[in-house]
Amino acid sequence: MHMGSRIKAILIKEFIQLRRDRLTFGMMVGIPIMQLILFGFAINTDPKQLPTAIIAPNPSAYTRDILAGMRNSDYFRFEDDTVTEAEAEEGLQRGELSFVVTFPADFGRDLVRGRRPQVLIEADATDPSAASNAVNAFSRIVDDALRDDLVGPMAQEKRGQPAVDVVVHRLYNPEGITRYNIVPGLLGVILTMTMTLMTAISLTREAERGTMENLLAMPVKPVEVMIGKIAPYIGIGFVQVSIILLAAYFVFGVPMMGSFSALFVGLTAFIATNLALGYTFSTIARSQMQAMQMTFFFFLPSILLSGFMFPFLGMPNWAQWIGSVLPLTHFLRIVRGTLLKGSDLWDILPNLWPILLIFAVVSTIALLRYRKTLD
Amino acid sequence: MNGAVNAIEAAGLTKRFGEKTVVDNVSLEVRQGEIVGFLGPNGSGKTTTIRMLTGLLTPDSGTGSCLGFDIVREADQIKRNIGYMTQRFSFYEDLSIRENLEFVARLYDLKPMKKYVDATLARLGLGSRQKQLAGQLSGGWKQRLALAACIMHEPRLLMLDEPTAGVDPQARREFWDQIHQLADEGLTVLVSTHYMDEAERCHRIVYISYGKVVARGTVDEVIAESGLTTWVIRGVANGALADELRRQTGVEQVAQFGTTLHVVGSDAAALRAAVDRYAGRPGLEIAPGETSLEDVFIRLMSQHGEVR
Repeated sequence: MHMGSRIKAILIKEFIQLRRDRLTFGMMVGIPIMQLILFGFAINTDPKQLPTAIIAPNPSAYTRDILAGMRNSDYFRFEDDTVTEAEAEEGLQRGELSFVVTFPADFGRDLVRGRRPQVLIEADATDPSAASNAVNAFSRIVDDALRDDLVGPMAQEKRGQPAVDVVVHRLYNPEGITRYNIVPGLLGVILTMTMTLMTAISLTREAERGTMENLLAMPVKPVEVMIGKIAPYIGIGFVQVSIILLAAYFVFGVPMMGSFSALFVGLTAFIATNLALGYTFSTIARSQMQAMQMTFFFFLPSILLSGFMFPFLGMPNWAQWIGSVLPLTHFLRIVRGTLLKGSDLWDILPNLWPILLIFAVVSTIALLRYRKTLD
Repeated sequence: MNGAVNAIEAAGLTKRFGEKTVVDNVSLEVRQGEIVGFLGPNGSGKTTTIRMLTGLLTPDSGTGSCLGFDIVREADQIKRNIGYMTQRFSFYEDLSIRENLEFVARLYDLKPMKKYVDATLARLGLGSRQKQLAGQLSGGWKQRLALAACIMHEPRLLMLDEPTAGVDPQARREFWDQIHQLADEGLTVLVSTHYMDEAERCHRIVYISYGKVVARGTVDEVIAESGLTTWVIRGVANGALADELRRQTGVEQVAQFGTTLHVVGSDAAALRAAVDRYAGRPGLEIAPGETSLEDVFIRLMSQHGEVR
């Protein structure tokens, strides 16, 4: 016997086991492909086509030129042609709009008279990186758009200063502090990881330890098993929430605008959904190892496509579609909305129902997948 | 349910896993208060049959009932009314004996829980160990815990799947004393095993091989029906003699026990002629013997399937 043959023995055994373990093999191939696609195509740190509303009560040729310039820059996508101030405000609050640009009523007249009219651009700055490029580009776009219009005595060069005074309001996070955006997001990310993992191993552990047969032989209904296995972790989830929120407030100084009842409702729905999701994994996986692999496979797009690391609105449509199926995407809007924007229950509703829908779908799958027999 | 209904009734139970027919047209009747032994080699379909009877597997064809409840449509009632002890220990190793029993008591909604748990602990002599974790128990104690858990809700029918596998002889004997005591109290028991001495402690046995029932009745009936005759050769019997005997016509089985050979055949006259040839050999003592259940089973196994 020499070393070579013993190494060979282990080597061959590993290959045989790897070949039988299809999921691991699939992950070895799937993860690089997934990462390549996500990082290569979906993620864009310079987001374009951000939803923008325009308030221009008395549009002039100059306004239209500026709008054309904005459109050409690719940073802005106009939602509706006309919105009221209140609608625009609500759009920003709910995260449906990234920018609102307001032209004063006598913009054209003041411009011609050289009075330096103001143009107000309000940006949702909860995610500073998503807003900054477009905001920085805005002044230049305005200048460029007006250059051709303002000739002769009106030319900007002659006057020695820009013809328009661009006023920027960075809403919700005026100083553009990144951690105000990251720390609340982290709350969602941590819950996604821990809650899913906790329940993902719950049924596979029973199966692996041989206790499943007994559980099936006793008079307990699938829904009773599911609730019994999920409920304790809701409590554990809220312990995590307390730790993170306390740290966010006292250590990171994250503003907490409220409403806390809205946050509580969102958190409960989100935690329950992740637990149900993990439980569903455990009805599908055949071993604890597989359940953990599934959790990881789910966690990866949750981080990348939810808007946690990269601006959601900067992603192409297909990636936003995938992102919309992930509970974290909606929860991030709820948690950022409640902490930074002061959203109430009514404001979070558009992001609450998708979470509840995911919960319903996932729970149904879990109950259908739960086998009452050993067949 | 009245006494006229059999505790278990099954007709034509069949179960296939892919191409393989694991249980093939098995019919079974167990009367109330009976202890029926379910025998057969490994992989013969004992566990699958029991799982169908407990509602854990759905038969591909055939019908059956336990305590009058249909095994397909009324699996929930069956689960509530029978006790099932799985082949592999299936309680929580990170829970203590008491915690395991409390878990089971709550699932069956037994009230007051403490009374049921205490009574069960006392009944099986588990009281002094109730705080021990199940994972730390030896095979015999684990099996006692499993039995405790499946009789706590006072079922009228008990199904035990190889309950004594890997348990020492003394624990096995105590276990069987328990089973008989339970049967005396009116409990019906279906127990699978491949220990012959355990088969002999059953009122009736059913022998299954490759998914088919090949023999059933009391132990004496099964032996008588086999039509086997046995001769015992004592003395300097050894492996070489055994091999020689196996080649004789009329000899179907030769089993060696120390210096004794059991020679078995189904044709009494031919067997007699075969052993008579050795009658004159010095040191050999030849006498008619009693056919054992084991001889019958080995014969059944070789008849009903390829030789293993």
